[in-house]
Amino acid sequence: MEEVGHLKYRANAIRQDIIKMISNAGSGHPAGALGMADVFAVLYFHVLNHDPKNPSWEERDRLILSNGHICAARYSAMAHSGYFPIKELKTFRKIDSRLQGHPSYEDLPGVESSSGSLGQGLSIAVGMALTAKLDNANHKVYCILSDGELDEGSVWESINAANKWNLDNLIVILDRNNIQISGDTEKVWPLNPLRKKFEAFNWEVLDVDGNDVMKLVGVFDRVNHLKGKPIIVIANTVPGKGVSFMENKAEWHGKPPAKDQALYALKELSVKLRKIEDDF
Amino acid sequence: MTSEQKATRQGYGDALLEIGENEKIVVLSADLSESTKTNLFEEKYPKRFFQCGVAEQNMVGMAAGMALSGKIPFVSTFAAFVPNRVLDQIRVSVCYNDANVKFGSTHAGLTVGEDGATHQAMEDIAVMRALPRMTVIVPCDYEETKKAVAQAAAIKGPVYLRLGRNKVRAMTNKETPFHIGKAETFKNGKDLTIIACGVMVKEAMKAAAELERHNISAEVVNCHTIKPIDKDKILDCAKRTGAIVTAEEHQRYGGLGSAVAEVVVENYPVPMEFIAMNDSFGESGKPEELLKKYHLTSDDIFSAAKQVLNRKKK
Repeated sequence: MEEVGHLKYRANAIRQDIIKMISNAGSGHPAGALGMADVFAVLYFHVLNHDPKNPSWEERDRLILSNGHICAARYSAMAHSGYFPIKELKTFRKIDSRLQGHPSYEDLPGVESSSGSLGQGLSIAVGMALTAKLDNANHKVYCILSDGELDEGSVWESINAANKWNLDNLIVILDRNNIQISGDTEKVWPLNPLRKKFEAFNWEVLDVDGNDVMKLVGVFDRVNHLKGKPIIVIANTVPGKGVSFMENKAEWHGKPPAKDQALYALKELSVKLRKIEDDF
Repeated sequence: MTSEQKATRQGYGDALLEIGENEKIVVLSADLSESTKTNLFEEKYPKRFFQCGVAEQNMVGMAAGMALSGKIPFVSTFAAFVPNRVLDQIRVSVCYNDANVKFGSTHAGLTVGEDGATHQAMEDIAVMRALPRMTVIVPCDYEETKKAVAQAAAIKGPVYLRLGRNKVRAMTNKETPFHIGKAETFKNGKDLTIIACGVMVKEAMKAAAELERHNISAEVVNCHTIKPIDKDKILDCAKRTGAIVTAEEHQRYGGLGSAVAEVVVENYPVPMEFIAMNDSFGESGKPEELLKKYHLTSDDIFSAAKQVLNRKKK
């Protein structure tokens, strides 16, 4: 379990990897991945009970990434945790790689389920959480959803299922970044009032600044003490966070930076890294 | 062979009860436990039965999650809904994950009868057969269904069991061999081979008997496993009889006939005729009336056999 200062450092490293991986691949989804870098750092280096050297350890916490397109962030966090060599990140989206454009369960140990078609991950997480209850197992099931993904009706079936079976071992982290491919989520397919909707489905709802590592640590500590209901942490994030020209721009949902843009982004992130080191 | 009549869905329910001692087996139902006969499992093993409501997409994803956690889930509803409503979930959550999920889909085909076209799944074999890693089985009667369920549970990976609503005559008994992927000869013959599955096996046997009266010797093969198809058996038939008629309660595109044709055309082309639904929807009516109207009877197989023999002679 790493301290806040370390976690900021991890999140910065993940962001640099995201830029390098997507630029190197010539395709990918930078905005969502950058926005969730802090969440991935906190999950992999503070929250999850896992063993990178033994990815199929029975008692591990499960992390389902339902919006598979932001997998660059997950791959980076996994590499830095020790699931596979960091240099393998260079193979992202290339032929014969284990790091598929959307995560492949069969290819990469530690990916709990393949994902890519939106609206399926929460059902899988519900099945895993229910199985844990059936087997009296104590691990938790975390599931990352994007806000745009809530357009899918199937997600609401799963939200109801989690309520039916009182799955308090299930924690959803919603990437509330307010954009999807076509623009503002509220214009494309209105989602608000999100909190009220989840409360109506009898979920425990928590809000957090998803780009504040310290607050994220605080909210996951609180989650550990909640009982009786499925839990959703609405992580309010800035898409493209950390790279000035990408922040809050829907156009960066699924577009790679050009080489010069990537270099500029990495320079910005290096400056931020020095500040993190100075503060540490 | 006995004349006892039981539905394949009854075989599904009874088989689940028999293999239910295995703690890994869980059963999911989308508000259709009585119709799919999974209520029997529910009564005996309530903790391992999950009522999933009329929410099939979540049910399939949940089953995938349970399979990835070590369970052997049996997803149970009508074939009209699984696979048809949930193809994406089956493709990504189940097949791409190679999740060990079994699908018991009842009320398949035209013989669902009076409920009409919306409930008559006639394309499910084609849909499931197109998915990597999926095994597709269409049992012909009660006993065969029971064997299929037990073997489906024993193999790793997704399996689709296509089951019917109505009572059907017993074509097999407890001793009849059944192995997933191995088609069985039910009647020997030398002039042509009729390859059938599901309710059409009975029609094929009837047609063969009638052909016999016309001095035509027809072999009948029960091809219960559509995928993986029994290539060796089909080629053996093609080489020995030189003419094939396929018969299935399914659209003519993508089902048993297509699977057989793929093997034949690529390896040993012989004349073929297809008895299947001719690219149309069904309607309400009694099962027997529907089979007659849509040309899925022993008479139709008989005519197709004559036709294929004419082509064989040329």
